[in-house]
Amino acid sequence: MSDTHAQTVSYVRETMLPETDPPVKERGAVKWIRENLFATWMDAILTVISLYIIYYVVSHVGPWFANGIWNAGSLSECREIRNATIGTDASAACFAVLSDRWQQLVFGFYPQEHYWRPVAALLVFLAGLAPVLFDGIPRKMLFVTAAAPFLMFMLLWGGPIWGPIVVGLGFVLGYLAFRALTPVSKLLSNLAALIVPLVFWMFLTGPIAGALSSIAPIGLEFVPSKDFGGFTLSIVIGVAGIILSLPLGILLALGRQSNLFIINKCSVAFIEVIRGVPLIVWLFTASLLLNYFLPPGTNFDLMLRVIIMVTLFSAAYIAEVIRGGLAALPKGQFEGADSLGLDYWQSMRLIVLPQALKISIPGIVNTFIGLFKDTTLVVFIGLFDPIGLSNAIRASTDWNGIYWELFVFIGLMFFIFCFSMGRYSLYLEKKLQREHR
Amino acid sequence: MKKTAFLGALTVAGLTAGAASAATLDDVKARGNLICGVSTGLVGFATPDANGVWEGFDVDMCRAVAAAIFGDPMAVEFVPLTTQTRFTALSAGEIDLLSRNTTWTFSRDVDLKNDFVGVNYYDGQGFLVPKALGVSSAKDLDGATVCIQTGTTTELNLADFFRINNISYEPVPIETNAEGQQQYLAGACDTYTTDASGLAATRASFENPGDHILLPEIISKEPLGPLVRHGDNDWADVVRWTLNALITAEELGVTSANVEELAAAAGDNPEVNRLLGTEGELGAMLSLEPDWAKNAIMAGGNYGELFEKNIGENTPIGLARGLNAQWTEGGLLYSPPFR
Repeated sequence: MSDTHAQTVSYVRETMLPETDPPVKERGAVKWIRENLFATWMDAILTVISLYIIYYVVSHVGPWFANGIWNAGSLSECREIRNATIGTDASAACFAVLSDRWQQLVFGFYPQEHYWRPVAALLVFLAGLAPVLFDGIPRKMLFVTAAAPFLMFMLLWGGPIWGPIVVGLGFVLGYLAFRALTPVSKLLSNLAALIVPLVFWMFLTGPIAGALSSIAPIGLEFVPSKDFGGFTLSIVIGVAGIILSLPLGILLALGRQSNLFIINKCSVAFIEVIRGVPLIVWLFTASLLLNYFLPPGTNFDLMLRVIIMVTLFSAAYIAEVIRGGLAALPKGQFEGADSLGLDYWQSMRLIVLPQALKISIPGIVNTFIGLFKDTTLVVFIGLFDPIGLSNAIRASTDWNGIYWELFVFIGLMFFIFCFSMGRYSLYLEKKLQREHR
Repeated sequence: MKKTAFLGALTVAGLTAGAASAATLDDVKARGNLICGVSTGLVGFATPDANGVWEGFDVDMCRAVAAAIFGDPMAVEFVPLTTQTRFTALSAGEIDLLSRNTTWTFSRDVDLKNDFVGVNYYDGQGFLVPKALGVSSAKDLDGATVCIQTGTTTELNLADFFRINNISYEPVPIETNAEGQQQYLAGACDTYTTDASGLAATRASFENPGDHILLPEIISKEPLGPLVRHGDNDWADVVRWTLNALITAEELGVTSANVEELAAAAGDNPEVNRLLGTEGELGAMLSLEPDWAKNAIMAGGNYGELFEKNIGENTPIGLARGLNAQWTEGGLLYSPPFR
């Protein structure tokens, strides 16, 4: 050190000061609160107002939840328990209706001794879904995916096991015909893949399944569609609609982009007609109008009609979402595929659709969430979805007058399903993120 | 898989097209059960219990018909129907019988091509008001806000009533009865109007039923009854006379408790004998077993028993018989004789 300033400066610190904590205002919770909640006067006022609103809501709804009564046989019993334990003026939810009827809200009128079957079907569905959703799972699991729809059908509806097996055989036959004729002619093999299963299903499935069932009558007890209800019904309609509408929507989107006049115009007409009319109108069509075209006495399963309508409806939306994805692809991708000498289906399968679908994921999942929630509309055609069941439960003298408790439960269940779908879509978008940013 | 089911259904449809005929009774017998359209949920009239078994006043009507045909009150398949789907389901042949608190009106009978076979409940539109409102007559409701279900006859009745009495009101449209209860309790409207039976059930569900009163005016006629399709008189007869059997049974003092005994052998009262099939051939005329009426009565009881069990004064709904008493007791129930 030089002595230059030894005379001018009276004191020079020769050691570092020990580190001290930042001032209270600049650290921890206080800093966070100052920066985020009370940064300006405006912020402070808004914070105070918000806090008051939160307090107001919680102080009204909180006790209602906290005082909830879970064990009672009827609404009046709930009130007696509340009067005896909390006081006459206290607000208390009567969740006893859920303890009493939760099985009905979840399974509808499905026979109680068979409740394991919808649960097992859900597990099969998840097992079949896993290899599709996550690539960490061995590819062999895709066989489970292929078998899942048939297994789920057997579990949910029951009846002799031969029906679904013989129907599945139709797909196998179609595939074999396709393989056998591919060397001969491409067109012929495609036609065979379409016609062989159709002919098989129309003329042979019934007799073969009937014969097999009479030889070996094995299978679960048959449960008719009218016994389905509650979330089982919502999930069956929603899942069937989702699974069936995606391929149909992709085909429609491609059809709308197609240069072939008839295919193009048919797709456009289908999409515009289905999309231009509210779902509730289609549901009424399915439940009421169809009856006039079918001969009297026919019993064309109402649930099947609803599934078909819901599928067509959401397919039209999916088609438009995917068309957006297709339109977002640069023209060079189509031209590049052509220049590689790929035919139409190869270029779509290998180059165009993977990119277009990736772009459309948020829109597709959005449509699926909408579809799942729209299943509650079936209440207007007399099916017992959770909302319909809440009306039926309220119609019993025990639970007449109960209101919010049922809606809270139904809302919570729907939230869980829709939220997990949304989360998965986010995960998928992140995983497929290929752009350089 | 869905496609095959669809095609299969179409094939079946084609095959059975020729077989389906106007003879509903034969179809029902061949099928082995009765398909009965009921409400999706109406307190006291139709509701599934915790095990999914339907019960209620309208439901018991279905069970009585099933018992009359098959001797088994459980041989019924219930199809829940909304107000929008009920008539189409009946005319399209999806159900055999509609027993769903449906008001018998001219246009429903004539224009919609239904056959109302009788009246099983005489209802009428009333008003529910809080006692604190200090109103004792519906005519005092000038300027009141009224909770009213949209798209129903009650809406039209209400407009008529206020116009006739030259007073004004402000409607608060609601969709379902449950919503009406909530709106009324929340004070969104001064009065809630719907069928008096529904109002009684609503009032019974309140925390303090005593704070609310039903006004004395009944402003409409709502004869509720079961109905069938036009054009099959034999089937209409089966349903009509099952209902009449239940009413006559009460008049003659035949109950579910003593019907077995009375039907064992012909007794002193010839009409009871004819009703229960120990005398005459009434069952055969309907193409039913001779003990059809006995089975119908055993299913749940006579009219009075069904009333007491589902909606009567000992239930939480607590409806008095009123117009629905036997004609001998000042009511309107009057079955034609069994002869």
